[in-house]
Amino acid sequence: METTLVKSNFKSEEYFINMGPQHPATHGVLRLLLTIDGEIIKKVEPDLGYIHRSIEKMCERDSYQQIVHLTDRMDYLSSHINNEAVCLTVENALQLELPDRVKVIRTILSELTRIASHCLWWGVMGMDVGALTTYFYGFRDREMINDIFEETCGARLTMNYNIPGGLMFDIHPNFVQRTKDFIAHFKTKLPEYDTLLTGNVIFQKRTKGVGVLSKEDAISFGASGPVGRGSGYSCDVRKHHPYSAYDRVTFNEALKTEGDTFARYQVRIQEMWEAMSIIEQLIDNIPEGEHKVATNAVIKLPKGEYYQKVETARGELGVYIISIGTKNPYRLKFRSPGFSNLSLLNHIAVGGKIGDLVASMATLDLVIPDIDR
Amino acid sequence: MSYISDIYTGIKTLLTGMSVTGKYFLTSRKGAITQQYPDNRSTLKMFERFRGEVVMPHDENNEHQCTGCQKCELACPNGSIEIIWDRGIDEATGKKKKFIDKHIYHLGLCTMCGLCIEACPTDAIVWAQNFENSTYDRTQLTKVLNRPGSKVKAGVED
Ligand code: SF4
Ligand code: SF4
Repeated sequence: METTLVKSNFKSEEYFINMGPQHPATHGVLRLLLTIDGEIIKKVEPDLGYIHRSIEKMCERDSYQQIVHLTDRMDYLSSHINNEAVCLTVENALQLELPDRVKVIRTILSELTRIASHCLWWGVMGMDVGALTTYFYGFRDREMINDIFEETCGARLTMNYNIPGGLMFDIHPNFVQRTKDFIAHFKTKLPEYDTLLTGNVIFQKRTKGVGVLSKEDAISFGASGPVGRGSGYSCDVRKHHPYSAYDRVTFNEALKTEGDTFARYQVRIQEMWEAMSIIEQLIDNIPEGEHKVATNAVIKLPKGEYYQKVETARGELGVYIISIGTKNPYRLKFRSPGFSNLSLLNHIAVGGKIGDLVASMATLDLVIPDIDR
Repeated sequence: MSYISDIYTGIKTLLTGMSVTGKYFLTSRKGAITQQYPDNRSTLKMFERFRGEVVMPHDENNEHQCTGCQKCELACPNGSIEIIWDRGIDEATGKKKKFIDKHIYHLGLCTMCGLCIEACPTDAIVWAQNFENSTYDRTQLTKVLNRPGSKVKAGVED
């Protein structure tokens, strides 16, 4: 193509650049096709499929016990909650009544997962906007939770601790003490997060008024989790459709109405406080009892369709199973929060600068394997 | 004017943040956050439930507890376990019995899900805590878990 430069009359021209699939700010193999004019973004087109592993198809082949471990590999930062989603769907279909102990332990582990995920997000968020220090602070606190998981579940990332019917084995004797230690530790560290990053004017200038999403748009794009709540859309599954032990704890749904990047940031910080309060309410009185109820070695769901949704650290994860009465699902569909949240990226990024795109993308908290599955 | 005051508040909040980092700079000792791996190999202890790789413990008589029931092979989601079995005469009872020839475990395929260990009725396989599994040749990741010449412990039935 011939480019003509008219003297003394600069012509602006739109052009494409690729962001990703190996860009550090896309947090994984996400490729964004940017149409830009100078530095103003005209269009953002996500190009998916780089890490597609056909998990849904693999689920049609696997037994219900085996499906659980595949969900670790979707949103790996909320692996415990993903496991729980599948287990709850299967348990509801079988109409199993779980012991209270299982429900409480699952809730505590879910909230720990949420804190761990938000710690990592916070560190990476700071890094994306140029504050590398936060990364180490976030990881320091996440490491304590990882140790708790490693001691109880045996793994740090791909937990696979939930099984249909309860938990694979009982919690470790040190679990309660370690969790309490962590809460005591994190209560002194979370205010440091605010001192270090939230109050920083440079950070606020990068985030306030950037990537604004209105409540109506949040609803029509299917936003969920902190992204929806940052726009004032009350969408917390734990509040509106309580599962496990969420009906026996009191907590506030973190809501902000501004809808910008800073609001989504604040929602997540607030959620860490709420998660700590939920854990504190439960940790002292974990009921005694069995850690699982017996199921058949080969689980067959009755013919029908089943749906269950849970609140992961990123938003609403739905599991939809169609069973024809065999030992595998006929079809299994995951409604993943990341996919819907990514769909609104174009909407909030157009008109902004490339630096703003990075900041808004950081608060969408995208985990690419969750989007591609 | 606002430009100057912006710079001023920017520097002020930057210093507020640096009070936190400065505090840790002065008070932290070596290894406060990071571990000195691999220098600490001799003292590094993994948690006892840590999933490193699947192993089959043998006792001093070179006997294991695997009956060859294949439940682990069935439970495994990705075919990491292959049982090669045969029928033979049980010396004690004189009856025909299934026993394993080889319990083959592909560490390179294993996702550390733990379903095989849950499924084993005789606790013949357990988790080992070693995690340094890298090799130059992936065929080394295919292991035969039962040792040569080993046999099943007397009285172990599934
Ligand atoms: S841990 Fe899971 S993947 Fe590995 S051998 Fe056992 S069942 Fe198979
Ligand atoms: S290891 Fe356990 S489950 Fe596997 S064949 Fe042996 S006895 Fe059966």
